[in-house]
Amino acid sequence: MGAARVGVVTFPGTLDDQDAARAVRHAGAEAVPLWHADRDLKGVDAVFLPGGFSYGDYLRCGAISRFAPLMEELIPAARAGLPVLGTCNGFQILCEAHLLPGALTRNEGLHYVCRDQRILVENAATAWTGEYASGQEILLPIKHGEGRYVADAATIAALEAGGQVVFRYLGGNPNGSINDIAGICNEAGNVVGLMPHPEHAVEELTGAPSVDGRGFFTSILKRFANL
Amino acid sequence: MARVIVDVMLKPEILDPQGQAIARALPRLGFSGVSEVRQGKRFEVEIDGPADETALAQVRKMAETLLANTVIEDFSVRVEDQ
Repeated sequence: MGAARVGVVTFPGTLDDQDAARAVRHAGAEAVPLWHADRDLKGVDAVFLPGGFSYGDYLRCGAISRFAPLMEELIPAARAGLPVLGTCNGFQILCEAHLLPGALTRNEGLHYVCRDQRILVENAATAWTGEYASGQEILLPIKHGEGRYVADAATIAALEAGGQVVFRYLGGNPNGSINDIAGICNEAGNVVGLMPHPEHAVEELTGAPSVDGRGFFTSILKRFANL
Repeated sequence: MARVIVDVMLKPEILDPQGQAIARALPRLGFSGVSEVRQGKRFEVEIDGPADETALAQVRKMAETLLANTVIEDFSVRVEDQ
């Protein structure tokens, strides 16, 4: 079979789609551009919602994007098992779309945080983390002003009990996120959202702090190679 | 024509760093006696017909679908006095 085809979504205001597509290609998969206004997933095997400021973050981060024509196709597909990864603004969109529980709110302390962040991988069984080991520490860039993950106590307890906290911040919580949560997945493990940016950590040439982000893309590639 | 006001506020248990920053700035400006500030959003929705129960139900639906994220925010709907 051919290489896995990973759709990379562009909304007006998306910034990281080119890095996302490059990271997908770097892993050996095919990057398929998906446009927010098209009701067409182009038959892709997985979808990557990259970061940025879609629709200018108007109203709330991800609130408008969540109703884009493409999302009307993506939401039922994700519920049916299509692997979907959202980083940063993509994570915010997944929460607004209720594909993931909770919400991302303004950082505690109000500062926009841009730094390299140590991250603990706690769940290596999701569609996007199979190439990591549970308990592995990785280093990824973060850059966000609204990354404080919040949810009600019952939701947090369910996430913790069900292994749905996929990533946790190490060495200092950058945004006040509950339980140092950096990323989560849905119950099925096919939808993963996180604030850090694996797509910015795949090549040393670009000044990335590590190449630890490669595992996201090799995970999804391997998943389809093994089907 | 009628104007319906939708007020959206973060739920009381959700931290509001913007409100805290405002509250901290007030004493520096000479305003005393303020114990807390919470920041929210106000939407003015102009509707074509009268603000009857059907129209208000529609605005409430709008609020819970788009204007507010009910995971973290509460909203209230009222008709503005003409």
